[in-house]
Amino acid sequence: MATLTVNRAALGGFSFENCKRNALLEGEANKVGCSLPSARKTGTTICGVVFKDGVILGADTRATEGMVVADKNCSKIHYISPNIYCCGAGTAADTEMTTQIISSNLELHSLSTGRLPRVATANRMLKQMLFRYQGYIGAALVLGGVDCNGPHLYSIYPHGSTDKLPYVTMGSGSLAAMAVFEDRYKPDMEEEAAKQLVRDAIAAGIFNDLGSGSNIDLCVITKGKVDYLRPHDEANKKGVRTGDYKYKRGTTGYSLLITHRRHDVFISSMEMMSEVTCVL
Amino acid sequence: MLLNLLDTRGLRSQLKDSVPVAGLCPHGAYGVQDSLRSGFSSVKNELLPSHSLELSEKNFQLNKDKMNFSTLRNIQGLHAPLKLQMEYRAARQIQRLPFLQSSNLALDTLRGSDEAIGFDDILNDPAQSEMMGEPHMMVEYKLGML
Repeated sequence: MATLTVNRAALGGFSFENCKRNALLEGEANKVGCSLPSARKTGTTICGVVFKDGVILGADTRATEGMVVADKNCSKIHYISPNIYCCGAGTAADTEMTTQIISSNLELHSLSTGRLPRVATANRMLKQMLFRYQGYIGAALVLGGVDCNGPHLYSIYPHGSTDKLPYVTMGSGSLAAMAVFEDRYKPDMEEEAAKQLVRDAIAAGIFNDLGSGSNIDLCVITKGKVDYLRPHDEANKKGVRTGDYKYKRGTTGYSLLITHRRHDVFISSMEMMSEVTCVL
Repeated sequence: MLLNLLDTRGLRSQLKDSVPVAGLCPHGAYGVQDSLRSGFSSVKNELLPSHSLELSEKNFQLNKDKMNFSTLRNIQGLHAPLKLQMEYRAARQIQRLPFLQSSNLALDTLRGSDEAIGFDDILNDPAQSEMMGEPHMMVEYKLGML
C-alpha cells in the first residue's frame, strides 16, 4: 500500500517545492548553452526630495527585460495611501506586489486606529517584510508622504535597511541623479524650484543610464493635496518619419486615361528574294 | 505537522529545525524518487533544504510568537503569556474535521492577523489547494486509530 501523507499542514505563502527542480534545469540548460528567461526589472532612476511644504517624488518610465525594453511607459510611482506614495526600483513584480500589500495593510490599520496613516508606519511595515525575506524580494523603494508630523522621505533597500533623508535616489541611474542633487539641493526650496530639480535629476538618469528612459513622472505631495503628473515631461519622443507613402488629407482623387501612341514600323533591312529560273 | 490535541510540550520543541532523514521518504508520488522533477536521489539533496528561506519560513510564525511571549513576560510578568497561551490552545481546538479547511477566526483575532494581509493570504491559499487528504485516513490518524 502506498504511504499517504496524513500530516500535510495546509500553509499559505511561498512554496519551495520547485527549487531543486529549477536548480537542476538551470544546470542542464547551462550545459547545453541556453539560459533561463530573466525577470522583468525596472532598471530605473527614482528620486525624492523634501521641499518647503511637502515631498516631491520623481521616476522615469522604462521597464527592461534583459537587454530589451519591455515597457516604454510604465508607472513606477505606486499609491500607498492618500497621503503617501512610493517609487519602486528592482524586479517589477516584487515592487508592485509589495506596495499593494503594504497599501492594504495600511488601509486596514488606519481603519482600526481611525487616523490618517503615518509615513513611519509604512516604512516599518516595508522594512520588516523585506528583512523577513532576506533580500530575495528585489524591491528598492523611495517612500514619501506628508502626515500629521510634516513631510517625510525614506529610502528602503531590498535587504530591509532604511534611511530617512532630505533627498534620496535609487536604481541603476541613482548615481547620475544624486550628482544633480548634491550640486543643487538647498533646504526649504519652493515648489517650482524643487520640481525643476527633480526633473533635472531624472533627466540626468535617463540620458546617462541605459536602464532608464522615456518620460519623467512627478508626484507632488503636500498637506491635503497630491498632484500626480504623468507625464510631467516627455524627454524622449519617438522619432517622426520623414517620408510617407500615404496621401495627405485633402488630396483630390481622379481616374487617369492612358492613350497608346502607335509608332510606324520602319523596315531597316530586307531580304531580297532571289529570282528563280526554271530550267526545262 | 498538525498540532495535536494532546500536545503538552512547549513552543521550543515544535520548532522544525531540520529536514527529515535521507532515504526514508522520497518526494515523488507513490514513495518513489521522482527523477524528472527532483533529479537523482542523493544524500546531499535530501538533507539540505532546497532554499535558504525554507526553514526560516516554516518556523516564522512560531519564532514570532516566542519573541512576543518572552517580551510580554519581561514587561508584565509570567501571568500574561500564560493566559494568552491558554486562550490560543482553546481557540485551536475549535476546528472542523481534519481534512476540511477551517477559517480559524478565533485564532486570527487573538493573533491580530485579521487586520493584516501577507503573502500567505494571497499565494497558495490552502482553501484552494488541489490536493485533499484522504478523509478516512486523516480522521483515523487524529483519533489515534491508525
